[in-house]
Amino acid sequence: MTNKYGIDSVLSILDLSVEEIDELVATAEDIIENPQKYAHRCAGKKLATLFFEPSTRTRLSFEAAMYELGGNVIGFSSSDSCSASKGESVADTSKVISCYADIIAMRHPKEGAPMVAALNATIPVINAGDGGHNHPTQTLADLLTIKLEKGRFDHLNIGVCGDLKFGRTVHSLIDAMSRYEGVSFTLISPNELKIPDYVRNAMIEKGIPFVETTDLESHMPNLDILFMTRVQKERFFNEEDYLRLKDSYILTVDKLDTAKQNLSILHPLPRVNEISVAVDEDPRACYFKQVRNGKYMRMALIMKLLGV
Amino acid sequence: MNIDSIQNGIIIDHITAGKGMEIYGLLDLGKLDCMVAVINNAHSVKMGRKDIIKIDSNIELDTDVLGYVDPNITVTIIRDSQIVEKKHLSLPEELEGVLHCRNPRCICSVEQELPQIFRLADREKRTYRCIYCESTF
Repeated sequence: MTNKYGIDSVLSILDLSVEEIDELVATAEDIIENPQKYAHRCAGKKLATLFFEPSTRTRLSFEAAMYELGGNVIGFSSSDSCSASKGESVADTSKVISCYADIIAMRHPKEGAPMVAALNATIPVINAGDGGHNHPTQTLADLLTIKLEKGRFDHLNIGVCGDLKFGRTVHSLIDAMSRYEGVSFTLISPNELKIPDYVRNAMIEKGIPFVETTDLESHMPNLDILFMTRVQKERFFNEEDYLRLKDSYILTVDKLDTAKQNLSILHPLPRVNEISVAVDEDPRACYFKQVRNGKYMRMALIMKLLGV
Repeated sequence: MNIDSIQNGIIIDHITAGKGMEIYGLLDLGKLDCMVAVINNAHSVKMGRKDIIKIDSNIELDTDVLGYVDPNITVTIIRDSQIVEKKHLSLPEELEGVLHCRNPRCICSVEQELPQIFRLADREKRTYRCIYCESTF
């Protein structure tokens, strides 16, 4: 989205066109091949990582990305250590940080908070995850992984399994992959954790083929990609519901017997127990490659938004 | 029953019967110092019964609110006893300050001074989407 100051931000994967995603993927592939070429691209620039809730992977990935581009990083990693604890609004925080940094990466537990920041900041804002809503840079990591593993984005049957209700990575992935020809989805979840209506309605409107099921095993042979997700404790208001649903799907080596040999298993991490550790040795497991790919895509996105 | 005709003012017509007082409240017409008439259950060839509001002054009207509450409404502007404009309303593309997001996970739930802005999601179902969390109502 572009705000009243003419500043572009990325809040949802849909803020990037298919062409822009292709361009970011191409840049990321070039970074992998020629990292030295990019080592000083962001020299003199500062990234502010505003993390109002805990994160290991995403925050460190953003920070590593900026350092590998030769830039610097400022920020905080919990709402307790910033002025939000004194009651400062997101709008005010983003105006203040605009005076210190060149670009913001924001994680916030409330949905739409990065939108509020982007409306008020005079520097670009990247949504690093807002509640159960969107997580576009995770999706960029997923997309680069799909491209590197499959060589294409089109004509894939993508299985998405686990918490499809609160799993923001799921919503962003569906948004992104829905734009490619021949893509279909198999949505596997307990009934309580099905995709939200607005995601389902968007798929129906666009005519995207999808099935909703509670059964992972019977659909396994048809999948080209299996995107596993964690049932997220922090999204539940009621601990009893979390405990009842948290072990709904556990991917084991046995369950992969019927899967295609070229299946790609993705997971946004962190994993709790939804993928058995033994699966890590299977060549179809791509989730640690995904982490590395996320850093390259964040590097490409930072450069794009900074225009360097 | 006779209500005086208006020389300079606004007639909000074709209001679904029973919604007249709701619109009176939403538009804050009770605070005006001009004459305002709310006619409930008026005879209508098209609608059977309808409500009508007559305002004896050319005030600024929030037609977005009217379009949201009842898109069948017509608004007629009268000047010097002549009809100068007749507006047929429809559901507005954007609503500000009319709906409130009920998603407890939305940033609106903790930052209550934020403008509550919704965009039309589905004209047939009359649903709107919060610009922050994208929940539809």
